[in-house]
Amino acid sequence: MSLLEVNDLNISFGGLHAVHNFNISIERGDLYGLIGPNGAGKTTVFNLLTGVYSPDEGRIILDGRDITNLKPIDKNKAGIARTFQNIRLFKDLSVKDNVKVGLHNIYPYSALSAILRTPAYHKAEKQMDERAMELLEVFDLAGEADTMSSNLPYGKQRKLEIARALATNPKLLLLDEPAAGMNPNETAELMDTIRFIRENFNITILLIEHDMKLVSGICERLTVLNFGQILAKGDTKEVLSNPEVIKAYIGED
Amino acid sequence: MKKLTKQQKSNLITLAMVVCFYLICEIFIRTGLMSSHLKGLLVPLTYYAIAAVGLNLCVGILGELSLGHAGFMCIGAFSSSIFSVMTRDALPTVPRFILAFIIGVAMTALLGFLIGIPVLRLNGDYLAIVTLAFGEIIKNILNAVYMGVDDKGLHLSLKDAASMGLDASTGKKIINGAMGITGTPSDSNFTIAIIILLVSLIIVQNLVQSRDGRAIMSIRDNRIAAESTGINVTKYKMLAFTISAAIAGAAGVLFSHNISTLTAQGIYFGYNASIMLLVYVVLGGIGNIRGSVIAAMILYVLPELLRGMDKYRMLIYSIVLIVMMLFNWSPKAIEFRQNHLSKFSKRFRKEAAR
Ligand SMILES: Nc1ncnc2c1ncn2[C@@H]1O[C@H](COP(=O)(O)OP(=O)(O)OP(=O)(O)O)[C@@H](O)[C@H]1O
Ligand SMILES: [Mg+2]
Repeated sequence: MSLLEVNDLNISFGGLHAVHNFNISIERGDLYGLIGPNGAGKTTVFNLLTGVYSPDEGRIILDGRDITNLKPIDKNKAGIARTFQNIRLFKDLSVKDNVKVGLHNIYPYSALSAILRTPAYHKAEKQMDERAMELLEVFDLAGEADTMSSNLPYGKQRKLEIARALATNPKLLLLDEPAAGMNPNETAELMDTIRFIRENFNITILLIEHDMKLVSGICERLTVLNFGQILAKGDTKEVLSNPEVIKAYIGED
Repeated sequence: MKKLTKQQKSNLITLAMVVCFYLICEIFIRTGLMSSHLKGLLVPLTYYAIAAVGLNLCVGILGELSLGHAGFMCIGAFSSSIFSVMTRDALPTVPRFILAFIIGVAMTALLGFLIGIPVLRLNGDYLAIVTLAFGEIIKNILNAVYMGVDDKGLHLSLKDAASMGLDASTGKKIINGAMGITGTPSDSNFTIAIIILLVSLIIVQNLVQSRDGRAIMSIRDNRIAAESTGINVTKYKMLAFTISAAIAGAAGVLFSHNISTLTAQGIYFGYNASIMLLVYVVLGGIGNIRGSVIAAMILYVLPELLRGMDKYRMLIYSIVLIVMMLFNWSPKAIEFRQNHLSKFSKRFRKEAAR
């Protein structure tokens, strides 16, 4: 059974049919790419998968469970975490605290324990600190743990968003243009990091990206969206050499 | 000793500051150096500091504007006073005040919670509008209500004292319409007020530096990201707002147990009082708990001290407002303060290391 199974997902905004009969099936451990020209509906698919929008039609099955109409918080608890195209960090929190928000549901304790500073508080906070530092280490951000997250350079903010998403211990990680705004060096580094987390975190990744070097470098399979409809899907190499896909991209530029 | 984090140090400094303030005041009082006018201001400035700390939890930490915190003070003041007046002869002072305090805080928390249920689900500045209206409604109701008790039980009326139908011999008026409540025992004093301020500070500071506090601040910084990260937005908004209201209620309990006649006047409990609390919070620094305490104390005492200089009073007050605003908010001042203070603390650390 595949990890994510999406059937005939539809959503319209007024007259705009932003996503039309979207289907996808992602196997456990896949590194899957969702590509397409600007305005194709890629981010809208992420918003549907994470409950920011609820679909007009269609079903979303994660790990055998129907999660179509769950709210964002419950989608996260069900095992989906994401990053955002326009970075959404908790800007007045430190780098470490951003990750610790991600750990919120993993090391719980009560508000009363917090106010009274009980042993439960100290124990959980210590575990959170350790786990947060481990995650920051992966993204080479450990040195900036106490920096205000809004003071990080752009590329590191993107990495921090991934770290925060990973902290929630998801089965499926959605990355919305993780390399946007990065220089080629940073992008190459990011590709290594994405491979590393897929290997070491026992996780499945679906990513949106415009950078074809990154897409062809790490994605095993692709789905191409164009005007809300699926244009092609399959192995990365095949899809990228598909004349229709090339036309859609050239037509756009 | 374990190494303290920067945050923990900052918390301790805030508490130490309040304790020092208390000790200095006590020394001045004991040695007779403090005028009775100034002495009379100590409890009010402390309860306004408490209310400002509560409001900052809502405005600065949760990021929701409330224009009704004076209304919450009003709830705390009246509910605790009603209890104290009713049990004035039946209970000794200490348990009576403790119970009155618990009742005042609990009633305020309950009302904060009830207001929060419909409003905090919405996103947008609805809270400001609803709390503004709430404060005015509470004030107006309490101005119109007559309440009394006799051997048959509680009597209420919205018309006048006579229509309550109190028994002439055993009846006792509690709320006398716009004349309010008279005869609340003056159970609060400076020491109690400072203790409650310290407790409020500990609650807010400890909450802020916990998983719940981070959740609350994550909602403030980015609601959508918080939701997608598994944060229960409604729950944490409710938690922060309820605690914030309860702390304002605690300030209200101190208020009503510090004056002989409690009336629901606009200057104490109307929207202008709420805005005055907001001024304390904004000028002390939104989200800066220690700043709220300092700002409330300075800005409450200042106009009182300037009463003698009638003509220039508001002028000086406005200048102080502007200076505080610049000090807290202008980028240059922030930069200066950071450089200055960090140099200072570095030197301090070096000295301590020797
Ligand atoms: N909330 C909304 N209300 C109205 N229209 C929307 C909304 N969200 C998205 N759209 C529209 O849906 C279409 C798809 O948008 P989407 O953001 O999913 O594109 P995208 O593929 O992510 O593009 P890009 O590569 O530029 O990020 C666009 O035309 C967009 O304007
Ligand atoms: Mg997009």
